[in-house]
Amino acid sequence: MSVPAATIVDYDAGNLRSVQRACREVGMKAAITADPARVRAAERIVFPGVGAAGSAMRSLAATGVGAALVDAFRAGTPILGICLGLQISLEWSEENATRTLGIVPGEVRRFRLDDPRLKVPHMGWNAVRVVRPHPVLDGIGDGDEFYFVHAYRPVPANSSDILATSTYEDSFCSALGCANYVATQFHPEKSGRAGLRLLERFGAWDGDPRA
Amino acid sequence: MLSKRLIACLDVRDGRLAKSVKFVDTRDIGDPVAKAREYYLDGLDELVFYDITASSDGRKIILDVVETVAEQVFIPLSVGGGVASVADATDLRLAGAEKINVNSAAVRRPALIDECAHAIGNQNVVLSMDIRRVAATADIPSGYEIVINGGRRPMGIDALAWALEGERRGAGELVVNSIDADGTRQGYEIALTRLLSGAVRIPVIASGGAGEPAHLYDVLTAGRADAALVASMVHYGDYTVSGLKRYLHGRGVKMRMSW
Repeated sequence: MSVPAATIVDYDAGNLRSVQRACREVGMKAAITADPARVRAAERIVFPGVGAAGSAMRSLAATGVGAALVDAFRAGTPILGICLGLQISLEWSEENATRTLGIVPGEVRRFRLDDPRLKVPHMGWNAVRVVRPHPVLDGIGDGDEFYFVHAYRPVPANSSDILATSTYEDSFCSALGCANYVATQFHPEKSGRAGLRLLERFGAWDGDPRA
Repeated sequence: MLSKRLIACLDVRDGRLAKSVKFVDTRDIGDPVAKAREYYLDGLDELVFYDITASSDGRKIILDVVETVAEQVFIPLSVGGGVASVADATDLRLAGAEKINVNSAAVRRPALIDECAHAIGNQNVVLSMDIRRVAATADIPSGYEIVINGGRRPMGIDALAWALEGERRGAGELVVNSIDADGTRQGYEIALTRLLSGAVRIPVIASGGAGEPAHLYDVLTAGRADAALVASMVHYGDYTVSGLKRYLHGRGVKMRMSW
């Protein structure tokens, strides 16, 4: 089999080199691009990002990369969203009250964090329970933890799109997927070997969500 | 729920690992890249590089160290020491640091915190505070004072007030480093850590004084720290990262135990 090639989408949403390094570590080619044509032509796409939903959507609209991502999704390209990439693949975000890409039905809500002992944001290592088997999440073990940094939580409209959950103030969706799109709220590129294994499985994934 | 984090701090001077004792006597103890890789493979949760080089040549060297480590260590990487501008922070981020620690320069010019938070995001700005115990006065009501320049210069600023100001200005995390405890191996300053952790809603990393595993347990429970920072305990081979995590896990502290 040829070497998998990930196209990492650059839309002015943070430093992408850690994602690029981690993809390379697991044997993928990994190029960073902000060119919509290259996004449409990609073999597979990593859609990372940190920052705020509002400015991210403005950048995606201005460059045409947002439309290219939606086209790639419709064309069946395997896509991995990470953190903000996951959040703006839903339809709406409470952060900046922003309409987002709408690849997956649902919205993004702020953690309430009424308990003053809970620190803001949800930052650090937390367990991930797979609730729906998926080829990219295959092999996540009971004790495996992943690194999170976020203040907002995804709320998919269809419970069948929830692939994994984690617990902070209560249970929330920490991985979701729909057809050839899969996404994690946590950062696999910063999650040690458990994260690298997930990226490796994404590199081998053909876009079929059936486990 | 979140696990408590074990963080190792590597003080780097001219590209080599140094361990300071009370910030004065610094000894060379090895190659920071090899140590970083060793700790990562042994289950470390986060890594901090502290650049204690003053020279401009040293600044270039730390960027090389960070870049090399970022290619082989896939956990959050935090870098501090001499960060005085958004440009310094951005250089380190491009080299591969996730989080940037600001310390003395932020005390001298607090707007540095706001500027860095705006440029790289609150969650990536760590306010590192060097603190010494003093008699409580009207200016220092908590009895804890901020010091800078590696602990040599008292600033007349109350540590509790500075922690709250740092949070308000956009710091995403605090490192609470006790100058009194640093290098003594007699334990973290529990009362100080507990005071600050209870006052802010951002995570608090306890630093300074760890000498035995029970010290970590104490600061993560009674001290309410979200993370414990160690240096000499692991640098000289007295303890291992995985051994410390197993100890804490065994005493009921939630730790990441699979790596």
